[in-house]
Amino acid sequence: MNGKLRKQIGAIATWVLTFILMVIICVPGLWVVLTAFRPNGEVLAKPPVWIPDNPSLNNFAKIFGFGADQVAIPVPAYFANSLIIALTSTAIALLIGMSGGYAFARYRFRFKNGLFLGLMLSRTVPGIALSLPIFMIWSRIGLIDAKLGLIIVYVALNVPFTIWLIDGFFRQIPKEMSEAAQVDGCTRWQAFWKIEFPLAKSGIASAGIFAFLTSWNEYALASNLTRSTDSKTLPVGLMDFTAQFTIDWAGMSAMAVIIIIPALILTFLVQKHLIAGLTFGGVKG
Amino acid sequence: MAEIKLNNVIKRYGKTEVVHGINLDIAHNEFVVLVGPSGCGKSTTLRMIAGLEDISDGTVSIGPGVVNDLPPRKRNISMVFQNYALYPHMSVRENLGFGLKIAKQDEATITARVDEAADILGLDELLERTPAELSGGQRQRVAMGRAIVRHPEAFLFDEPLSNLDAKLRVQMRTEIKKLHQKVKTTVVYVTHDQVEAMTLADRIVVMKDGHIEQVGTPMKVFNHPVNTFVASFIGSPPMNLLPATITGADVVFADGKSLPVPTRLADRVRDGQEVIFGLRPDDLTPVGHGIAESGDSARLTLDVTLSELLGTETILYTSIAGQEAQGKMFGAREVAPGETLEFDVAMDRAHLFDAATGKSVRVD
Repeated sequence: MNGKLRKQIGAIATWVLTFILMVIICVPGLWVVLTAFRPNGEVLAKPPVWIPDNPSLNNFAKIFGFGADQVAIPVPAYFANSLIIALTSTAIALLIGMSGGYAFARYRFRFKNGLFLGLMLSRTVPGIALSLPIFMIWSRIGLIDAKLGLIIVYVALNVPFTIWLIDGFFRQIPKEMSEAAQVDGCTRWQAFWKIEFPLAKSGIASAGIFAFLTSWNEYALASNLTRSTDSKTLPVGLMDFTAQFTIDWAGMSAMAVIIIIPALILTFLVQKHLIAGLTFGGVKG
Repeated sequence: MAEIKLNNVIKRYGKTEVVHGINLDIAHNEFVVLVGPSGCGKSTTLRMIAGLEDISDGTVSIGPGVVNDLPPRKRNISMVFQNYALYPHMSVRENLGFGLKIAKQDEATITARVDEAADILGLDELLERTPAELSGGQRQRVAMGRAIVRHPEAFLFDEPLSNLDAKLRVQMRTEIKKLHQKVKTTVVYVTHDQVEAMTLADRIVVMKDGHIEQVGTPMKVFNHPVNTFVASFIGSPPMNLLPATITGADVVFADGKSLPVPTRLADRVRDGQEVIFGLRPDDLTPVGHGIAESGDSARLTLDVTLSELLGTETILYTSIAGQEAQGKMFGAREVAPGETLEFDVAMDRAHLFDAATGKSVRVD
């Protein structure tokens, strides 16, 4: 066997292995998407029907309350809740993350390392372990079944991560940039907004998308802390499709698709920043 | 154009004092170079002038007023950083015009001033590029352009050439010198490279451990170093510093070799004094191979252990009383290791430092 052939076989083997891995990763998602377009009867058919015989948007019409066949699930309300909670908590987490990350990257202060370590350690506690204490406190102060309650929880979940990520990006920007801007006539604040912020944008965007996805997809805590259409988010709403004796798999899949789409759109919008990083031509090459 | 005055300036980080009371007056349009080894406080001093470091004690004034409490933007200075610190997300034109834009100058003024700076520094072709698309030397020029567009009271340079390769460094050094002649502004320039200091400065400030060791013109600092530190720091190769004892009218080395006490220093030493004899390699030359025979000269016979041919000159390594010493030979001639040569010692250019204090016995 000559070297060229061996190389080709190696390439093919890699390709096949990658394909198998991707299939394993993607099939559940693909199944959800396919199921969203098929009638309920087809879902549990044996042998399984992969491609829906009569693909239709009925499931979507149903959950949004169009057409004859309706599901009594307030999807638009859940969607609005999810959006409000995820966007607000992301914005707050980013604001805190930016200030915190900047402070850790640029300033020297007492207990800095301890604080940073503390923030990181808080990530080691699984969120679900906190659900009971949070539930008890929230029920005393009336934050159960309130959007604000979930927003606070998600901000707390996301802040350590956003600080850590944004700190890393600010660290990459030489402090001379901000100093040069200050000598050039900027206040410290102007130097931040005009120079450091644009340069750290990709990091801030990454932190933002992570925070958004965490809040958008979170189920365990939300299921504990929400009760009604006032605050229930989409992932919690999925459980509405399970009744005592039946589960509306098709409707559930349609709603799962509704959950995935905004996350996908956002990821695509921001991915340029995620990948691009920044070409630092401003300092020694 | 402004004079800069440092009055007993002290910098402390917590309890550690790193700059211990610097006093320095820099005149209008003067080019002053702060030079010293790393950690000597030169950059910290410059950053205090710029307003990027708080001044722990003492005062800094630029022009008529004390600027201790003014932020950098109100000091009307420009600074060129070691790593250039260009704004990577802006074009060269935007980089140059940034300060003017912040100062809310109108578009026409900005364009005119940017073009003027670009013209001075030869950046016209590069205005629409981003810093990432520039070479090291071009980036350095943009950084200087950014400094000159604002017509500041003073330029501060913080080791601006240390990131460039040797050839470019020499080229940019000349450009900085020309720039200063063209724009005539007060310059404070920090470097650890004594060649840069010698070539650029109107006055050199030699610093060590947060103190000023000597202030003077390059000529003065080179010819009349006040102590062994300045003597060894300024000049390349460094001055030979050899421990010796004054015995009568002679400087006697540990191995018994001796030279007469230089005539001009004879009244500054006493019999039995422990001294350091300082002699630049240029002043220790094989007979017939020096630049010129000096009036007050002596001779030493020495073994050459190693020679480095540099082209027009050769560095000769030898030893005097067990201490390594370097001499120079002008004119091409190969010297074999182990060869014994007779050296001219230019005694009128020799130095004597007190062994205990390291200070020159004669401070002019």
